[in-house]
Amino acid sequence: MLQISCPWCGLRPEGEFVCLGEAVPPRPDPAALTAGEWASSLANRANIRGLHAERWWHVRSCGRILTIWRDTVSHAIVPAPASMAAPKATP
Amino acid sequence: MTARRLAHGGIIERSRPLSFRFDGMDLSGFAGDTVASALMANDVALVGRSFKLHRPRGFFGAGHEDGVMVSRLSPRAATNQLATVTPLEKDATYVSVSTWPNARHDIGAAAQWFSRLLPAGFYYKTFMLPNWHLFEPFIRGAAGLGRVPDPAWEPVSESRFGDCDVLVVGAGPAGLGAALTAARSGASVMLVDDGEAPGGRLVLDGLDDGGWASRTVAELETLPYVRLLRRATVWGYHEHNLLTVIERRPVDAPDLDLRNWKIRARQVVIAAGAHERPIPFVDGDRPGVMLASAARSFLHRHGVLAGEHAVLFANNDSARGAALDLAGAGAAVTLVDIRPDPGGMAAAALAQSGVTLIAGGCVLRAVGAKRVEAVEMRHADGRLATLPCDLVAVSGGWNPAFHLASQTREAKSVWHHELATFVASHGEGRFRLAGAARGVFEAGACARDGMEAGQAVLRAIGRKAPAIDLPGPDDPFAARSVAPLWFVPPRRRRDKVFVDLSGDVTTADLELALREGYDSIELVKRYTTAGMGVDQGKSGNVNVIGIVGALTGQATELVGTTTFRPPFVPVEFGAIAGARHKARLYPWRHTPLADWHLARGAVMYEAGLRWQRPGFYPLPGEDGAAAAGREARAVRNGVGVYDGTPLGKFQLKGPDVGKLLDLVYISDFGKVAVGRGKYGVMMSDDGLIMDDGVAFRLAEDRWLLHSSTGAADRVHAHLEQIVQVHRPDWQVSVIPVTTQWANATLCGPCARDVLVALKPDFDASRTALPFMGMAEGHLGAIPVRVFRVSWTGELSFELNTPARHAAALWEMVMAAGAPFGITPVGSEANHILRVEAGYISTGHEVDGTADPHDLGLGALVSATKPDFLGKRAMAMRRQRDPVRFELVGLLPSDPERFLPEGAPLTPGGDKVDQEGFVSACVRSVTLDRVIALGLLRAGRSRIGETVHARIRNDIVPLRVVAPVFHDADRARVRS
Repeated sequence: MLQISCPWCGLRPEGEFVCLGEAVPPRPDPAALTAGEWASSLANRANIRGLHAERWWHVRSCGRILTIWRDTVSHAIVPAPASMAAPKATP
Repeated sequence: MTARRLAHGGIIERSRPLSFRFDGMDLSGFAGDTVASALMANDVALVGRSFKLHRPRGFFGAGHEDGVMVSRLSPRAATNQLATVTPLEKDATYVSVSTWPNARHDIGAAAQWFSRLLPAGFYYKTFMLPNWHLFEPFIRGAAGLGRVPDPAWEPVSESRFGDCDVLVVGAGPAGLGAALTAARSGASVMLVDDGEAPGGRLVLDGLDDGGWASRTVAELETLPYVRLLRRATVWGYHEHNLLTVIERRPVDAPDLDLRNWKIRARQVVIAAGAHERPIPFVDGDRPGVMLASAARSFLHRHGVLAGEHAVLFANNDSARGAALDLAGAGAAVTLVDIRPDPGGMAAAALAQSGVTLIAGGCVLRAVGAKRVEAVEMRHADGRLATLPCDLVAVSGGWNPAFHLASQTREAKSVWHHELATFVASHGEGRFRLAGAARGVFEAGACARDGMEAGQAVLRAIGRKAPAIDLPGPDDPFAARSVAPLWFVPPRRRRDKVFVDLSGDVTTADLELALREGYDSIELVKRYTTAGMGVDQGKSGNVNVIGIVGALTGQATELVGTTTFRPPFVPVEFGAIAGARHKARLYPWRHTPLADWHLARGAVMYEAGLRWQRPGFYPLPGEDGAAAAGREARAVRNGVGVYDGTPLGKFQLKGPDVGKLLDLVYISDFGKVAVGRGKYGVMMSDDGLIMDDGVAFRLAEDRWLLHSSTGAADRVHAHLEQIVQVHRPDWQVSVIPVTTQWANATLCGPCARDVLVALKPDFDASRTALPFMGMAEGHLGAIPVRVFRVSWTGELSFELNTPARHAAALWEMVMAAGAPFGITPVGSEANHILRVEAGYISTGHEVDGTADPHDLGLGALVSATKPDFLGKRAMAMRRQRDPVRFELVGLLPSDPERFLPEGAPLTPGGDKVDQEGFVSACVRSVTLDRVIALGLLRAGRSRIGETVHARIRNDIVPLRVVAPVFHDADRARVRS
């Protein structure tokens, strides 16, 4: 069971959250993408083996959605690496 | 008599004898015995039958490396209890598992006649013709372990959380060293030990530590921030230093069978010891053949001598300690050591104790079926001999128990050449290995190793690490070097050399797997099931790896180990659940009207998300169909009322709510007037309907959005992600209010009459309260918000009130409606009414594959909005596949013929791919016959055709009609 640090509530157990999956960028404007790009943005995910950004919803406490960087192999949760571009618009 | 209880010795309570039964025999033991030690003390050598071949089996190990299970019939039936770790209980009745009638005479032994048809993977080869299913029930019945007990039995188990600075796994010399070090620094410590009493090898091998272990335990027990668990095994090492522990018959709560712990530790010391492994030889699985450490453990822990005439077979020094102990207890001992050079001091000590040493010898075979009677052996010079015996104690080396470290994926298995076993490389983060788990086998060195590990973890959490006293070394026969002998080859083809007792896996099976191309150790494991039984290969796996290496000519370190996963030992699901099962885990949700419904005789259904709603209210003599029909007719002809409280409700506030609704719904919502509602179909961005409901504009910046009952949580998550992640620039707040508002929904031609009779303080006339309008005010003293929506094809008013007024409102409604014959309506009748009216339902027509055009709602799709969720994907999908499953009505040719929901429609009723399915089927009260809704390929262009449903071997003809059977022009709804 993971321990996730909520920016508002502190370190909490996994059961207080719902996992929303890979942190995808905010919804793009459909008119700006080709049909293939749009389908890919809906269906494809990077599914990284290693460090990736994902969103969790703190539904059983403050109700906010937060982003963490977790290693999908070791489950270590680390601060956002400076070298990687985090998706915008979410704390 | 061969095995017996000695007059002295062991850490049992000889003042508390316990009687028990096993396989019909009346026996007795003592408090502190395990089931295994008590049986051994009574010289019950044959205690079970092997998994596949039903070979006679006795105890092989004295702990978790053994695999003999028993079932307890009373008190409190339980099955699959590992006999070597299960404490003996007073007046308990035990039986062997998977035997009939008992272990001594087992009908399953006939399997041994078929052993040539039962090699590894036989289920792909034998028993295939004419049909595997003829043999399957018999084979499944013959294999397996104990029967599940009577379902009326409730598990007495508890699940608990814990946390500490340092968790120490194992209270042997290394664990005690680590725990004392950590405790002296003031850190909170949990010390978890498998055994009846702490001490590990110091107790099990009867080593003299000058009282160090007792003093250490006594000091730890005085400290309030130290918790010592006995009879407890750490079974999983999970993410973020969460460890799970199974505690049997907790000392502080002996009424509990099991307690499962989830412990969060800042640091962990794994001092889990090591498992001895045997040297496999022909028929080395007979009762009376066991690990040398097991013989020692039964002796020192339980005062049981396992045999009078013992042969020890070893390739390392540790067996010499066992030989001396057994001789000292009165057995006649012969030690067959494969190493040719015995070592001067050791040979002298052995001779002095009357132990016969045969250096350079090798045991070839155990003689005897239900019990070992002798061994055949070969001397160093090649001479063959037969040694009569009743106990064979084998030591082939020791395997450090680093399983938990491996579960973290931070430790790698590394081959240790001198010890001829695998050890773990350190992960330097959140745990340390210590003692035998790290490959340190001498007791004094283990204690020092534990102390150093304790100091290291204390430094990691910023505490000062003190030094502690250590016991003097008194362990001359620790296994410092091992001359590996992976197995003794059989001389005859039909001889069996077992490498995994739990799965009945022999060396021939390993050879078969390699011959058939399963050459990686992971494939060998899965093909032969070696290491997959109850003991999970604790004493067999390294031998299997060594044998695979020898047979393939690969170095053992290149063969590698299989992946270690929790649980380390078998754990009952009931222990993990604790008290959380059935409704305690997932409570039912009841509306405030539940008592009224039940008092009226309602049969309750689950409406979704654990909500309980009345399905129907049967009158005396009525079944469900009759009740539902009566209720539906009452709505069509007069008035009914139903409890719609579980419906999802969300209050949306903010200046940008209109933009949110325009994004999530297919229709235009921005221009809805205050005080009006609009029906919304919600699509996910992949262009398929996810839910539908009506949204009302309560004020300029305040809306109430409805969802279907079962989709409320999905819709909540959907809205939050849009508002927080995708459009945080919008000012919108989303507040779920499903449980704040109860509702009583009036429906039927007399619905307005009843509403007027309730004396509202607002105008309830047709003009003031039109279809899709709303009103707020009071009915009598009760505050209400009335929405004029309908799902039944009749005039309908949804009376919403704060939940605390629900019961009072309902009583008022029933009283005011009495002159009109008001009838309470359940979800079954609701279903009939909505199908007749042609309304879609989430979960029936909306099944995750339909878009609005498919369901005939194309007119609702906005023609002006440039973008909304699902718009583009829907267009892409429809362009690629223009021929779609479309909503239609279906009338069976036989007007009384019901069709199950989901029944496939196929061309001509043939057994081919479906061209549609039935989504709902009811007996219509307006048409007095069975009607149905369904999805049909190109259905709208096939009105008037006859299609066919295929239900097993029945073909049911159906006429395709428009998907509405009542109030098609919505005149009643708008009246």
